Amino acid sequence: MAKVAPEWETVVGLEVHVELATDTKLFSAAPSRFGDEPNTNVTPVCLGLPGSLPVLNRRAVELAIAVGLALNCEIRPSIFHRKNYFYPDMPKDYQVSQYDQPICSDGWLDVPGANRVGIERAHLEEDAGKTTHLGGADGRIHGAVGALVDYNRAGTPLLEIVSRPDIGSAAEASAYVEELRAILLALGASDARLEEGSMRVDANISVRPAGSDELRTRCEVKNVNSLRSLRNAIDYEARRHIGLYQSGEEPIQETRHWSTDGRTHALRSKEEADDYRYFPEPDLVPLAPDPEWISRVRAAMPALPAAQRERLGELGADLDDAQIIVNRGLASLVLDAVGAGADANRTVMHAVQNLALDGAELLDATQLASLVQMEAAGQLTATQAKTVLGVMCERAHDGNADPGAIAAELGFEAMDSSELEMLVGQAIADHPEAWQKFCAGEAKVAGVFVGAVMKATRGQADGKVVNQLLAQRRDA
Amino acid sequence: MSTAKAIAQDVRTGTRRAAAVLEEYLGRIELHDSDIHAFNTVTAEQARAAAASIDAAVSQGRDPGPLAGVPIAFKDNMCTRGVPTTCSSRMLETWSPPYDATVVQAMTAAGAVMVGKTNLDEFAMGSSTEHSAFGPTRNPYDLTRVPGGSSGGSAAAVAAGFVPLALGSDTGGSIRQPAALCGIVGIKPTYGRVSRYGLVAFASSFDQIGPFAADVADAALALEVISGHDPGDSTSIPTAVPDYDAALGKGVEGLRVGVISELTGGGRNGSRNGGGNGNLLEGIDADIAERVLEAADALAEAGAVVGSVSVPAVTYGLTAYYLIAPAEASSNLARYDGTRYGLRIDGADVEEMNRLTRRAGFGDEVKARIMLGTFALSAGYYDAYYGKAQRVRMLTRRDFDAAYADYDVLLSPTSPCVAFRFGERSDPMTMYRCDTCTIPSNLSGDPAMSVPFGTGTDDLPVGVQILAPALGEETMLTVAAALERAAPPLPAPQMAAGGASGGA
Repeated sequence: MAKVAPEWETVVGLEVHVELATDTKLFSAAPSRFGDEPNTNVTPVCLGLPGSLPVLNRRAVELAIAVGLALNCEIRPSIFHRKNYFYPDMPKDYQVSQYDQPICSDGWLDVPGANRVGIERAHLEEDAGKTTHLGGADGRIHGAVGALVDYNRAGTPLLEIVSRPDIGSAAEASAYVEELRAILLALGASDARLEEGSMRVDANISVRPAGSDELRTRCEVKNVNSLRSLRNAIDYEARRHIGLYQSGEEPIQETRHWSTDGRTHALRSKEEADDYRYFPEPDLVPLAPDPEWISRVRAAMPALPAAQRERLGELGADLDDAQIIVNRGLASLVLDAVGAGADANRTVMHAVQNLALDGAELLDATQLASLVQMEAAGQLTATQAKTVLGVMCERAHDGNADPGAIAAELGFEAMDSSELEMLVGQAIADHPEAWQKFCAGEAKVAGVFVGAVMKATRGQADGKVVNQLLAQRRDA
Repeated sequence: MSTAKAIAQDVRTGTRRAAAVLEEYLGRIELHDSDIHAFNTVTAEQARAAAASIDAAVSQGRDPGPLAGVPIAFKDNMCTRGVPTTCSSRMLETWSPPYDATVVQAMTAAGAVMVGKTNLDEFAMGSSTEHSAFGPTRNPYDLTRVPGGSSGGSAAAVAAGFVPLALGSDTGGSIRQPAALCGIVGIKPTYGRVSRYGLVAFASSFDQIGPFAADVADAALALEVISGHDPGDSTSIPTAVPDYDAALGKGVEGLRVGVISELTGGGRNGSRNGGGNGNLLEGIDADIAERVLEAADALAEAGAVVGSVSVPAVTYGLTAYYLIAPAEASSNLARYDGTRYGLRIDGADVEEMNRLTRRAGFGDEVKARIMLGTFALSAGYYDAYYGKAQRVRMLTRRDFDAAYADYDVLLSPTSPCVAFRFGERSDPMTMYRCDTCTIPSNLSGDPAMSVPFGTGTDDLPVGVQILAPALGEETMLTVAAALERAAPPLPAPQMAAGGASGGA
C-alpha cells in the first residue's frame, strides 16, 4: 500500500448505502423498480398521504439479516426511529430509519490482501425521492427556477453498512468496497452498482502521525461514484489534511463533496447544527427476528466470496483470476459448470477473458458447461466459442441461450473429420514445395496449408485439428 | 327515532327501504344542521346512490350486511375516497383522498350509508370543536354550549338525531368526552383493536377510532363491524373479534368494579361517605363525581362487587400526554409543507413555501402543539421531557395492571365537567384539563367508554366512564348495558324539543 506521506497514515471509515433487491418498497407494496414514468410506482404510503401507514417488508429484513450474517454481525432486536427534517423529496418530512438499535452490529470483514475491517453496524432505512431542479445548470440547485420531484424511489429499502475506521489507505478502501460488493452479489442482496447509485459510498477520512492510534478530526466525503473516485478522493483528502497540519492549521469536521475537478469541496455550511429530533416510530412495532428465522436465513445463504475463491483455487485458478470471477459475480456459474462436467481450465479462462459482459451473471451453468464441452470435442474453435458466449450473454435474459442452437444458427458446424482430411490432402497436393519443406522440419510453412484449408472452409475449420492432421501425415 | 339495529333489521327484511330511511335523516340534517354545524360535508347524492344499491341488493335477495341502510357519519379526519377530508383545517380544505380508510371500507361493506363528514377541532387537537377552522359545532342540549371534542361533530350528529351512528377518533378522550357532553354512548377500543389505516394521524401511539351511538347496543354493533386485524396497520391486533352483542345481556353479578379514588374523591368501600371529596383531583365537578358513585351503587344493586381503588399514576397522565402527543404530532404534521397536496402558498424558495404554507394553513392551537412537541424532542431536552413522559406512560400501565389484579372494570367520570359555554375555557390549561379522566386509558392503550348517567349543572348530561383491561371490551360492554338499564332518563335535547324529531 503506497502511503501518501511516510510520516503520516490515512484513517478511513466507510458508510456504504446499498439498495436491497426487493420486489417492493420497505414499507409499501409499490414496486421497487427504476426507469419507469415518474411517480407511477407509488402508493399513498410512498407519497406520505395523510392517513397512510407503513408495513415492514419481510424480504428486506431477510436480506439485511443475510448481509449481517455474512459480515459476522450480531443480529439483534431493533426498532425504527423517525429522523425529522424538511425536504421536498422526503414525502413525510421524516425518514424512517434504524437509529440506536440497528438490526446488525459488531461484525467484521476480511479484505483480501489487506486487514480485517470492523463493521460497527448495518441498519435498514427508507430512501428518499429524487429532485430535479429546473433552469439551473445540469439539474443542480444553483440558479434553478423550479423543481420536479419523482417519488418512485421514495421508500426503496436501503441497508447502511458502517465500518469502523480500520481502513488504512485508498487501495484498502477500494478493496473493502469490492469485497463487500462481491458479498452482496453472492447473496443476491443488491445489484450494488456504484455508477448507478444502487451502492453509495461516503468516506470518513482523517490522518494521524504514522504509528499512533489517535483519531483526529475527520471529514465526510460524499458523491464518490466509482472505485477510482473513491481512491482519488481519499488520497486528495489525506493530502489536504496533511497539508493543513504541516502549515500549522487543522481540518474542521465537515461534509465535503468529491467533484469532477479532482478535489473535494466543502458543502455550504448550515447556520445551525441539525437536530433530527429522533424518536421511536410509533406506526411500527419492534423488530425482533427469532433465532429460528435467523437460522433459516443462514441455511439458505450461498457460498460467500472467500469460500468461492478457495474453491476456484482448488480448480486451479490463481488468486487474481479467482478474484475477478468472484467480483463479477460469476463464481457459482463457474463452479457449477465445472460440476456439470466442463473442463476447469477452459471454464476459468472463459470467465476471466470472455465474460466481462452484461448478462454473464445470468448464464445457465449447464449451458456454459455444454459450450466448454463442445469446444473440447472440437465442435467449436476457441474463436467460435467466444462468439457463441457473447450471443449467450445477450440472450441470457430470456433463458434462450443454448450454445448448440446458437452455433448452428451462426453456421459453426463442426467439420466432418474425413472432409477435413480430404481438404488437407488437397492443400498438400496444391503446394508440393511447401510440403517438402514441412516434411524437412520447417514447421512455420504449416501456415500455408492451414490458410488453404481455412479459405476452403470460410474459416470454419479448427486450426488445431488441421495442424494435427498435417503432423499425422508427415509422421506417417 | 330508530336505533341502528332496528333500521338494519327492517332494511334487511324488506320492511323499510334504505332510501326512505336516508331521506328521513337527510331531512333532519337539512332542517337543523345550520343550527348545530355537525357536518363539514353532507354527501347526499353519494348516499342516495348507496341507499339505492342497498335496496337493490335486498330486492335481489342478497343481504347487504349487519348495518344495512344505516346512515352513518365519519369524523372528517377519516379518509373517504373522492370526498373532502379536511381535518377541519385550512391546510386540507380542498383535499380529497384517493382511498378509503379501512373503517370506511368496513362500514360500507356492512351496508352502512355515509351521509357526511363531521366537524372536529383542527387535526383533532382540542376538547370543544372551537378549534375547527370552519367554526364550532353546537351542543344539541344547549346551543350556547360546546359539544366537547375533538369529535364534537360526530357526537352532536348522533345526539341531534342526524345519524344513528357516527365514528370518531380518540387520542386523549376525543370520543368519550363529547359523548358525555352530548348525552350519548362513545367507545374508545383497545389500541390496535380497530385499524388506523386512513385515519389522519394526530398522535399515532394514542389515536384510536371508535363509535358513537344513542345506546350501548348500537355502539356494540358498530364496534364489532370496525374491529379486527388489518394487515395495513402494523399496530393492529391479530385477535378474533368477539360477539359484542352477546356481552350486553350477561349481567354484572359477581363482577368486581373498582371506583378510581383519585378521580372520584375517594369513593367508598362498601359504605357510603357521600361528599367526601377531600382528595378529588383538581377541576373535577363534585356532582359529576357523585354521579359516578351513584352508578357504582346501581351496579352493586345489580350484583356487582364494588370497591374503591387507587391508580396513582392518573394524576400525572395529563402532563405526560401533553408531551408525548404534541411530540408525535410535530412529526406527523410535518408533511403539510405545500409540496404534494393541500394548501400551498408559493415562496421564493422551498423553505419559504414551507413556512408560508404552514403559517397560513394551521390554526393557533395546532401551531402551539407543534412547537411544544418540537421542543420536547429537541436535543438536550429529549430525556427531560419526552423520555420522562414515556416513563410515566409505563408507570400508568403498571398501576392499571395492579388495579386489574383486583377488579374486572374501573369506574370514573368521563369529563370533569358538563358541557361548557363557548369561550369559557379559552385558557389552554383549563381546556387541557377536560382530558384528565380520559387520558390514562390512552396512555395505557386499554379500552374505555362513556355511558350517560344522570345530569349535572344546569340539568346537562353526565357521562360515567367504564375502563377495562386490554381487549376487555366484552366485560366493559356488559357493565355499560347494566348502567344504561339503571340510568335515570335524560331530558330531551333543546334542539330536539324545537322539533328535530318531529317527523319521526
